[in-house]
Amino acid sequence: MPVLKFQNVSKVYDNVTKALTDVSFSVEEGEFVSVIGPSGSGKSTLLRCVNRLVDATQGSILLDGRDITRADKNEIRRIRKRTGMIFQHYNLVDRLSIIENVLHGRLGHKSALAGAVGHFTEREKEDAFRILAKLGLTEQAYKRCDELSGGQKQRVGIARSLMQEPRLILCDEPIASLDPSSAKVIMDHLSDINKTMNITCILNLHQVDVAMKYSKRIIGITLGRIVYDGPPERLSKSKIHEIYQSSEGELITDAGC
Amino acid sequence: MSGLVVADAAPFALDLQKYMHKNRAGKIKTAAMSKNGFAVKLTVLVLLGLTLYGFATFDYKNIDIAEAVAGTFDNIKTMFGRPRLSYNTLAGALKALFVTFSLGALSTVFGAVIALFGALFCAKNIANPKAANIIKSFVAFIRAVPTILWVLIFTVAAGLGSVAAVIGLTFHSAGYLIKAYAESIEEMDDGIIEALKASGASFWQIVFQAVLPSSVGYMIAWTFLRFEINFTNAVAVGAAAGAGGIGFDLYMAGSHYFDLRELGFITYMIVAAVIALEMVASKIKSRVG
Amino acid sequence: MPGVSMEKAPIPENQTSVFVVRKRTFTLVFLGVSAVFAISSVVTDYNVIDGFVAIPRAVSWIAENFVPDKKAWSRFPNILEKLIETALLSVAVTVCAAVCALFSALLGTKTTKINPWIGRGVRIVAAFFRNVPDVVWAILLLFSFGQNILTGFFALFFYTFGVLTRTFIETIDEVSANCVEALRATGANLLQTVFQGILPSSAPEIVSWILYMIETNIRNSTLIGVLTATGIGYMFDLYYKRMDYGSAGLVVISIVALVILIETISNQIRKAIM
Repeated sequence: MPVLKFQNVSKVYDNVTKALTDVSFSVEEGEFVSVIGPSGSGKSTLLRCVNRLVDATQGSILLDGRDITRADKNEIRRIRKRTGMIFQHYNLVDRLSIIENVLHGRLGHKSALAGAVGHFTEREKEDAFRILAKLGLTEQAYKRCDELSGGQKQRVGIARSLMQEPRLILCDEPIASLDPSSAKVIMDHLSDINKTMNITCILNLHQVDVAMKYSKRIIGITLGRIVYDGPPERLSKSKIHEIYQSSEGELITDAGC
Repeated sequence: MSGLVVADAAPFALDLQKYMHKNRAGKIKTAAMSKNGFAVKLTVLVLLGLTLYGFATFDYKNIDIAEAVAGTFDNIKTMFGRPRLSYNTLAGALKALFVTFSLGALSTVFGAVIALFGALFCAKNIANPKAANIIKSFVAFIRAVPTILWVLIFTVAAGLGSVAAVIGLTFHSAGYLIKAYAESIEEMDDGIIEALKASGASFWQIVFQAVLPSSVGYMIAWTFLRFEINFTNAVAVGAAAGAGGIGFDLYMAGSHYFDLRELGFITYMIVAAVIALEMVASKIKSRVG
Repeated sequence: MPGVSMEKAPIPENQTSVFVVRKRTFTLVFLGVSAVFAISSVVTDYNVIDGFVAIPRAVSWIAENFVPDKKAWSRFPNILEKLIETALLSVAVTVCAAVCALFSALLGTKTTKINPWIGRGVRIVAAFFRNVPDVVWAILLLFSFGQNILTGFFALFFYTFGVLTRTFIETIDEVSANCVEALRATGANLLQTVFQGILPSSAPEIVSWILYMIETNIRNSTLIGVLTATGIGYMFDLYYKRMDYGSAGLVVISIVALVILIETISNQIRKAIM
């Protein structure tokens, strides 16, 4: 059974702007899928439909075989607490420590009050340190997030999502704000997580070359429609031009940045 | 916890201990070691303490609060529910509103002109630091005296009428706008000034060729924002110092004729004017910002 | 402004038009200001020459009469008592209004997504309280509360509440939107998002605004005091109407000292919390 299945999903904002039109695909457990496409093509909307940060207008989205488009509040919380998310701008609470930000990954698992006052068990804190060690951030544990570099912040973002014990991690442009060497570190970590922990990853990426290097499957999306779904080897130059709607011969690496 | 995470635990466990900060009870700490967080908490605690101390020491003169609150609610209902002019004609009230509007406009114009020169001698990137410090302390003093006191002081010194009100309102406008203009000037690109200096331009040439053209947009936005404030202040001064305009009518309706309905009508007029000004100001701000 | 945008990217062949545009802008601004000035002077009966002459005359008059004399200093304990009362009143009003404003800002901000209708309602209510001048509240409250410290308290409270609600909403929207999205994505509920995301990230800004409103309220409470015969404003008004200008001068000096003291403390606190 696929981990995630989109069936004819459409999303229209404010009754006018079409973000997604009739999108269908499915993702098997342990896959590492890159979604590429120009800015505004609907990539972010697609990811956010999975954890219901955005509600799809039509169609059904099956997570582990259960349709989540009609999930109630508790059900949404259950979905979100096992689905990690990583953001382009890291979306950390800058004024809190790294360890506090990592522990935020547990909020969905805790009672409202314990989470609100920031009461975490020793076990959770130790686990947070273990995850930080994995990502090479233990020495920074008590620093405030605004003291970190972009690459380090994104690693905190990854740590936070690992803290959720996710089955699936959604990455929304995880390296778009990073320099090439930090970007490589982040991509290597994500790839490693995917392989060693068997966590399914879906990534939105601008950089076609990065997508082709790291993932075995690429979904190309233009104007809210899927125009390519397959392995990177079969993704031809002309297909990439079709996805980015650029004319033949234009430079395509880093397109759309 | 998931087996996946814990499986990695053993080899790390000992090493990790040295990175963990523990509290006296042996629990792992999580908060960042920052002075800022502590300062925020301390500030909040002190303010709460002062508030409680204030409430404990205020002289309430044995007022029956429940009765006063109930009475006020009744009054609010009358005031906002059934507004009507009886001592004033609509034309008269509109004229008074226009007078207040003009008081605000005059003090804004004066304040802006004074502030323009003040800011040129106050902005860090073009001014002499000594002159800037003198002006800044002077402005701090002017701003520390409440507008109403300036108006009352000038009323005895210059006689009742628009002169006292305009001068009093101008003082604060100038102080406010000097700060705002100086910040707009400081935001401009240093390269432009440097280039002009290198080409041998004089101070005034730099001002007219570079500084004003690049900051005029922000300055206009700030000026309009101040005009909005000056209008409200002109209402207040009219009420508290008898300086004329709609504020004085407000005072007469409430504290002289005790006519809540007239008070309500005039309030609606003021609120409408303020909202209109606010809309214009935010439109200007979005166009130049 | 056309002059501004072109300044940043000067194109040689366009230079004449830049200068033309700039000249036109200056001329328009100048004419507009002159017109406003002329009309306003007529409407308010303002005499420019009188105005300019008044300033030096007033300054020398102030220098002669507003200097505290012996009699004034004998009143200093009374003045100090009212001054402290005014300072405490400003703090108490601002803190109470800030607590209420924080609640309504959490309801009013789009980041918490509580309910669009409640949000809109809160913003309208805040706009109402912000735009009804505090003098109106003062006059209205005088009816039932009389010359009482609570008159000033509530008059300042409503206005402060309106201002702080708006600024808190703006602060939260600006500072916390990103981290709130992330916390929601982890499955955190509203209470957790507020305490773990919104409050930590916007606390310094919120405290800074509270300090600013305390400063403002000290000045405003003077005005309300003149109007409602309470606090330090009343002290000034009393001496002023008795033409005891030395004592009135001492009141002014005390207020200036208080405001500058509070400004200095606030700036130190801001440096420490940012």
